[in-house]
Amino acid sequence: MSQKKPEKLVDENDVRLDSRGLNKLRPIKIEVGVLGNADGSAYIEQGKNKILAAVYGPKEAHPKHLAIPDRALLRCRYHMAPFSVEERKSPAPSRREVELSKVITEAIEPAVLVEYYPRTSIDTFIEVLQADGGTRCAAITVASLALADAGIPMRGLVAACAAGKVEGRLLLDLTDVEDKGGEADLPLAWMPNLNAITLLQMDGSLTIDEFEQVVNMAVEGCKQIYELQKEVLKAKYVTVKEEVEE
Amino acid sequence: MPTFYEKREIVTPGDLLAEGDYMAGDNTYKEDDKIYATRVGLVGYDDRKVFVVALKAFYVPSVGDLVIGKVVEVGLGSWIIDIRAPYPAVLRASDVLNRPFKPQRDDMPSILDVGDLVMAKIVAYDRTRAPLLNTREPDLGKIERGQIVEITPTKIPRVIGRKGSMITMLKQETNCQIAVGQNGVILVSGKSPKDEQLAVMAIRKIEEEAHTSGLTDRVTQMVRSEKGGVEHVSEET
Amino acid sequence: MKSSIMVRVKQKQIAQLVSLGKRLDGRGLTDYREIQLEVGVAGRAEGSARVRLGKTEVMVGTKIEIGEPFPDVPDQGVLTVNAELVPLASPTFEPGPPDENSIELARVVDRGIRESKAIALEELCVEPGKKVFIIFVDVYVLNHDGNLIDASALAALAALLNTKMFKYEVKEGEIKVKPGYIPLPMKNYPIAVTFAKINDKLIVDPWLEEEQVMDARITITTDKDGKVCAAQKGGYGCFTTQQVLEAAKIAKEKAEELRKLVVKG
Repeated sequence: MSQKKPEKLVDENDVRLDSRGLNKLRPIKIEVGVLGNADGSAYIEQGKNKILAAVYGPKEAHPKHLAIPDRALLRCRYHMAPFSVEERKSPAPSRREVELSKVITEAIEPAVLVEYYPRTSIDTFIEVLQADGGTRCAAITVASLALADAGIPMRGLVAACAAGKVEGRLLLDLTDVEDKGGEADLPLAWMPNLNAITLLQMDGSLTIDEFEQVVNMAVEGCKQIYELQKEVLKAKYVTVKEEVEE
Repeated sequence: MPTFYEKREIVTPGDLLAEGDYMAGDNTYKEDDKIYATRVGLVGYDDRKVFVVALKAFYVPSVGDLVIGKVVEVGLGSWIIDIRAPYPAVLRASDVLNRPFKPQRDDMPSILDVGDLVMAKIVAYDRTRAPLLNTREPDLGKIERGQIVEITPTKIPRVIGRKGSMITMLKQETNCQIAVGQNGVILVSGKSPKDEQLAVMAIRKIEEEAHTSGLTDRVTQMVRSEKGGVEHVSEET
Repeated sequence: MKSSIMVRVKQKQIAQLVSLGKRLDGRGLTDYREIQLEVGVAGRAEGSARVRLGKTEVMVGTKIEIGEPFPDVPDQGVLTVNAELVPLASPTFEPGPPDENSIELARVVDRGIRESKAIALEELCVEPGKKVFIIFVDVYVLNHDGNLIDASALAALAALLNTKMFKYEVKEGEIKVKPGYIPLPMKNYPIAVTFAKINDKLIVDPWLEEEQVMDARITITTDKDGKVCAAQKGGYGCFTTQQVLEAAKIAKEKAEELRKLVVKG
């Protein structure tokens, strides 16, 4: 079952297929503490993306020979459910999932105070239940929240967002169809309090100037997502506080 | 020398709490001259110290703490105890028996078996070894009866209350013995299951509303009205 | 026997030197090590190359087969890149299926070639929807002394430029091989440039001991027109936006220099 390629992805008024402007994020809904067994968890819906993250740890590292004497071992596993994409995906980890697991771990690690828990492991499991482009960014956003929800001390939160070029326009938060039909896609993860980029990948074709503009655009998108992350972490406590303290 | 939040505001990891000549207290870290939060919680400023009372955190062992744990492994001469911390704790048979362990004579599982609950004290702990437990003091040892409540360890101080005000009230009102483990595990044992249930309910309410003010009064009120049962004493609000 | 654990004193030494704008081997911060390139080194491959970047050594061989195209691009050839970190290349490489490092290496090299449209895949169709040429690019790391990405990407490009395809015609649905060879049709020449960040300074072409000390690395691949076609940040540290943009500019310049080694004329 393959979809027909749409005529145009962006119209002459710079309006995209999903009616967004060039600089707009897809609608985002986030929740934390959604899974009973995990030490921390979070769920995100970003456009048609549906992604769940769970954290187990810090706990004793198993197998023991992987334990690091002076810090925790942080592992993030990015995995897509077979039904998450149009053509059923085999449950076995693909090369793409292996690469993404690596870059996601490297995007999150700078944020976690791993030195506090030597010889332990902190495992983050990310499951993509429905995919529509930009899943690695949504995965980082939600993994970072799951770690905070688990009460694991962090230097700060990590927010992630992609920007790119489609039909000559530079735009934010590409959907799958925009990524496939466009000229460039650049996923980026950002730690706001350190002003630092922890993930940056790019594929496509951009001049050096366009590269600069797209990087800056992605960072601005991350800043918006960071505000949502903070709200979500506080939300549970704010409502209880308001209810009882009147 | 600025601080950026009001006392008891909710902050999230990475929030800049203060800048300048301040000390980094609980759940914060200092980089250059800036102090950031490491966990979600309520920020506090105490003279030059900046700290965060975390709303959710796991237990990190500390020497001298009273903890309640579950036996997960029976070894030769020692048990491994899960105390809900990143590191499992060790309890030596010699410390429980108060004499050297004799493998031919002593049967480990009949003293403590997998699944048994034990109340103990942490007597040693550092970066390189597992926390070591001891049951020497009275009231410590295998738990025979009662109900267990697990709450996030950061809320244990709230269950105890200022100068023990909350825990004293709970014990009185519910007629139960309540042993509070610093690792977030609480043992409630009363004369009837109904009394125990009431204490459990109260503890859950404390956990839910730990970050609010006026809690002791509200919990007292709730406990009393639940005890009242059918003949509900309605109070003018 | 060499150990892969670095002495702390040396780590400090490298970091301190970098702060002063110097490197242990005397290079400038944006200098590559000596590069040696040989092509046609694997006789059974359709194309091959070996790159020595300092002591890092990578060999790439290409093989061509006939196969089915991808359903969404039925009239294009297929590119597939694989990388092997063979155990003889380093005490840290274990035998076994590709791990995350070799998968990342293969995918970054692939991205540079694919996104720059280096190979004219549209000229590799034999029968639309049924038969196309599959280009296998196999990266074989022979000695790991740092910066496997740039060495592998350079060797891959050289191997592709060295690749010859047999001449053919299609008769009654069958492929008939004709005498003679044609070069693999190439349209672009992507070059990867990798930076390590040490003490907030960017250095080009990190050698192994610099990699062991670095905070993070970033690779920027640019094509013959100076456009960025791939980027990959790696490692557990982070970069500021300024550092990323600076890296992109330097990468474009360095790529022009390196491209001259591979593309003659």
